[in-house]
Amino acid sequence: MNLTAIRQDFPILKTEVGGRPVVYFDNAATTQKPLPVLQAAMDYSLRRCGNPHRGAHYFSIAASAAYDGSKETVRRFLGAASTREIIYTRNTTESLNLVARSFAEPRLHPGDKILITIAEHHSNLIPWQRAAQKTGAKLDYIYVDKETGHFLPEDLEKLDDPAVKLVALAHVSNVLGIDYDPKPLIERAHAHGAVVVLDGAQSAPHKKIDVADLGCDFFAFSGHKMCAAGGIGVLYGREALLEEMEPFLLGGDMIDTVSEQDTSFAELPAKFEAGTQYVEGAVSLEAAIRYVEAIGWDAIRAQEKKLVARTLAGLAAMPHIQILGPTDPAEKEGLVSFEVEDVHPHDVAQILSASGICIRTGHHCAEPLHKYLGVNASCRASFYFYNTEEEVDYFLEKLKGVRPMMGYDE
Amino acid sequence: MMELQQLYTDLILEYNKDKTNKRKIDAPTIAEHGHNASCGDDITLEVKMDGDVIADLAYTGSGCAISQASAAMMAELLKGRTIDDALRLVRLFLDMIRGKETDETKLEELEAAVSLKDISQLPVRVKCAVLGWHTLEIALEKLEAMTQEKQNG
Repeated sequence: MNLTAIRQDFPILKTEVGGRPVVYFDNAATTQKPLPVLQAAMDYSLRRCGNPHRGAHYFSIAASAAYDGSKETVRRFLGAASTREIIYTRNTTESLNLVARSFAEPRLHPGDKILITIAEHHSNLIPWQRAAQKTGAKLDYIYVDKETGHFLPEDLEKLDDPAVKLVALAHVSNVLGIDYDPKPLIERAHAHGAVVVLDGAQSAPHKKIDVADLGCDFFAFSGHKMCAAGGIGVLYGREALLEEMEPFLLGGDMIDTVSEQDTSFAELPAKFEAGTQYVEGAVSLEAAIRYVEAIGWDAIRAQEKKLVARTLAGLAAMPHIQILGPTDPAEKEGLVSFEVEDVHPHDVAQILSASGICIRTGHHCAEPLHKYLGVNASCRASFYFYNTEEEVDYFLEKLKGVRPMMGYDE
Repeated sequence: MMELQQLYTDLILEYNKDKTNKRKIDAPTIAEHGHNASCGDDITLEVKMDGDVIADLAYTGSGCAISQASAAMMAELLKGRTIDDALRLVRLFLDMIRGKETDETKLEELEAAVSLKDISQLPVRVKCAVLGWHTLEIALEKLEAMTQEKQNG
């Protein structure tokens, strides 16, 4: 991997703060966009812009080709059997809401259980809370070991409960950085017919996804966390399940025939794509997939592992840093959440920001996890393939200055 | 961009570490909880009244240096004041942070808290500086209503 050449594709990384290029370590929130992806979206708008599936003219046909072509790329990217299983949404959040509304809510009853984990992002938690409240189903949690971040073995037995009709879990935790290796959990839930939803927001940008191999029934991810434009997300769903589901939103292009009192709906995937779609986003996502695939998953993972290992080693040498979750780089996927003793995360971020370092602070949309861990808020450095070891060293050096800045010893 | 030293002044760092009024009050007249949803900061204010006068004012919770220093300055300033006087000063502080009141002579009344004036230039930290004060404003308004009810009743 030629890091220098890759960084040339991201002009934004040259932005200077305080006379030095920024260090962007908030990739779990959103990634930066490379020139080829930006150019692909612009090229669409310059040469092919039209409303797909709605006309016989040149531009509508060109837009349909761009939109449908991008779907084929996403299908291949996820290892799905058919583009009928690929639904475009705005983001992971909308994908998960679609499943909760159109699949879970009409099917759950009092006595049923929804099983999620305490490590979920709010977008894979609140939709299930509401589904439980609406249907009378019970929302139950798999808790994690507070030290290691791994699921408690006794809680995993909840997967075997036949009352559990739906399991929703993060593939990779956006706080602890653990890859929860969901395949065996999915098999366990499937053993009694539960449906499994995988939140891939933090996995799809960083590793090869194969939904057929994982065996999940639904898989959701966002384009903007993997170099694509904001506002394009994906829901993969098993075709048989999508077929039997009610549409999520109603409107243009998702219909078969409409009369004054009744409507029959379009075939998949159009049934779930009401209204004029975000073709620029779809084109951007396709370009982003091609971009990351050209770099290659092995190279991406190797670079991220190197950055995580260097960060963890540096943090281990600082006496007043506590790391959330595992401290072994082998168990951390591309991000490290931590606390600085005596200094609130917001102050840490503010101080680092003055040196041009961008990290995330707060509860990272995982308030129940933070409460469970007894942590009010934390700092998070999250990486992508374009980050460098020099950036990690600079971040560690500036982090060392945080406590002295606030009047504490280093 | 504001320099760090302008934000984390010695005075603010000193009040951040001052835990004199970061404590629980025995049998408070009113307790009010406030939080910033976006960052998870939270504060519980407790006020003990002696007639119309704030006999004791303390806070617990967690937050950044700005929110902690601001709460410490507030407690120090408002203890011993009447509800009306305290409310007036709380609103003066909120007007200062929102950039509505810039008259330095008027702001002198806020004592140490006047040092938070420049926060108005840092929109992302405004909510940190006002958390305690905004929570107290709600508590004082409730106390005011309780007092009026008593008078009317």
